[in-house]
Amino acid sequence: MTDTQKTPLVALKDMSISFGGIKAVDHVSIDLHAGEVVGLLGHNGAGKSTLIKCLSGAYQADHGEIYVEGKKVKIENPRDARAQNIETIYQTLALADNLNASANLFLGRELTNRFGMVDEGKMEAETRKIMARLNPNFRKFHEPVSALSGGQRQSVAIARAVYFNAKVLIMDEPTAALGPQETEMVSELIQELKAQGIGIFLIEHDIHNVMKLCDRAAVMKNGQMVGVVDVADVTDDDILSMIILGKNPKKAA
Amino acid sequence: MTDTNTTNPATQTNLSPVAKFLRATELDTRLLGMFGALALIWLGFHYYGVIFNDFGAFLTARNLWNLSVQTSSIGIMATGMVLVIITRNIDLSVGALVGVTGMTMGILQVDILPQYLGLGNPFIWIITVIFGITVGATIGAFHGWLIAYRGIPAFIVTLGGLLVWRGSAFLANGGKTISPVDSTFQLLGGGPYGAVGETGSWIVGIIACLGILWLTVAGRRNRVQHDFKLRPMWAEVFVSGAAMAMVIGAVLLVNSYPWPIGIVKQYTAANGITTDPATLVISHGFAIPVLILAGVGIMMTILMTKTRFGRYVFAIGGNPEAAALAGINVKWMTMRIFALMGALAGLAGVVASARLNSATNALGVLDELYVIAAAVIGGTSLAGGVGTIYGAILGALVMQSLQTGMVLIGFDTSVQQIVVGSVLVLAVYLDNLYRNRAK
Repeated sequence: MTDTQKTPLVALKDMSISFGGIKAVDHVSIDLHAGEVVGLLGHNGAGKSTLIKCLSGAYQADHGEIYVEGKKVKIENPRDARAQNIETIYQTLALADNLNASANLFLGRELTNRFGMVDEGKMEAETRKIMARLNPNFRKFHEPVSALSGGQRQSVAIARAVYFNAKVLIMDEPTAALGPQETEMVSELIQELKAQGIGIFLIEHDIHNVMKLCDRAAVMKNGQMVGVVDVADVTDDDILSMIILGKNPKKAA
Repeated sequence: MTDTNTTNPATQTNLSPVAKFLRATELDTRLLGMFGALALIWLGFHYYGVIFNDFGAFLTARNLWNLSVQTSSIGIMATGMVLVIITRNIDLSVGALVGVTGMTMGILQVDILPQYLGLGNPFIWIITVIFGITVGATIGAFHGWLIAYRGIPAFIVTLGGLLVWRGSAFLANGGKTISPVDSTFQLLGGGPYGAVGETGSWIVGIIACLGILWLTVAGRRNRVQHDFKLRPMWAEVFVSGAAMAMVIGAVLLVNSYPWPIGIVKQYTAANGITTDPATLVISHGFAIPVLILAGVGIMMTILMTKTRFGRYVFAIGGNPEAAALAGINVKWMTMRIFALMGALAGLAGVVASARLNSATNALGVLDELYVIAAAVIGGTSLAGGVGTIYGAILGALVMQSLQTGMVLIGFDTSVQQIVVGSVLVLAVYLDNLYRNRAK
């Protein structure tokens, strides 16, 4: 499915980061193409989230290079990542609980009027527009997000990534806190975004979601990359055994 | 944040009239509560005086005018403390900063500048004020740097700062008081000459009323433009009318407090006015420090509600991690917030030393506690993320009213301390109840 000849949208090369002597990510390389969903799998502590945080700017890798559309870039903080149109939806959602939906959506990138003042009305109007698309039932525009349900909070977090025309979207367990209906909503959204040519890194524990949504699956264990497989070529058992045994079935074969 | 758009119409019909009124006017119940508490304190002290001392001294133009002046320096600092507390920090050094800025400004304007510029040069006060604010901002920035970039807790840095700067203020002039200060500088602290007079007060009042009208109209137009629900017309008229009535009431009040006869005599003699001083009535009008506080309040409100800076202050308070992940430079913000707090402490040092017409070692002692109390009583949550500038200024007025009221009815300092301390604890407890109910 993926055309490996084309320049990848994002390429992480030989990334390493350690915390207090423990190698959380150990010489890992991975790439992502436009319109592709790459699942990142592995046990808790395998290094998935850490690897992805190096790309989103939350951590700085000790070693390794990041290429965006073939060009080497430096990502030292979340602003750098955003400047490259790399948007992240964190597992913890990373919303400021005391602010309302539009304040969170535009956090760090507020719309301002000609006097340089924050344009509350315009931001709310824009929020209403995007939420009408993502979650038409959303009504709580004035409450602080602490008053929202898990699904509503998730839709705010997703709206934030979508609104700013992400080229690369990182989703860290986007459905972990959601009910079945809301999970379905997120799945549809991922497919829609993929069709728009956005590349998505999806950290996911649910193997069925991986089989359904991802084009490729990358499995990590103890900070190392076990292997990357095309989902179409393998069964869910193959992937599970990679996660558990830490061995790439193709290499073994 | 108030909310009208999201209400389900079904629930709106069975609301009590009070709830309907609050919903339509979008008034903050906390704000109304503060006004209620203030009214209670004022009436309480006044009638205590009427009953036990045969004279109600509180609700007189003279006392309320003095109250407004006394509130100024605490109020100025409280607006900055709101930002510090919203971002889950604390600043215990503001009182010591008032002391050290007051003392260094005293040395500058009395011992140094007159040597070069000549006594009474009009630039002396300008240079002194800029210097004081800069010293405050520099010290505040240094505290902020230690807190943000060196990871020392704000409580420790500013507790250390309290001692360091209080000691520095003493050393700066060997413990001696500097007095009098520059005659123009002195006006910044109030007093008969340090007020804008009757006409000036009406001009201020009319500008304020026009501002209120403009805000109402602009707010309504903004809602129309974005297709949001409008406040009912009666609610708009009521809210803006009440605000304008308060402004005009304040103007009438400060204009009904005339200069004492001694000052009038001095003034007529100095200006060659031949009218009999006994028949001449000259009103104080708004005191300059009160106008400084009003200006600071407006600027800080704009900063907090209309700029990215203010938005980030709230975001950091709500979830520092989320703020950092959203690309906000939390450390740099923290340092800037403490620098702003320091600058406001410097400005409060200007007002406080000008009011006393001297720079003393004791200037600003215990101010940190009154400032923190004012912010907290005004609804700033110590858990972070919540607070308003107008609340803090009203909180400062509540604290100062208690203080002044107890002095007027002759309570001992020790009793005053007990009351102020208890009120602070009670206020936070009531606030907890309010928040739990609001949830």
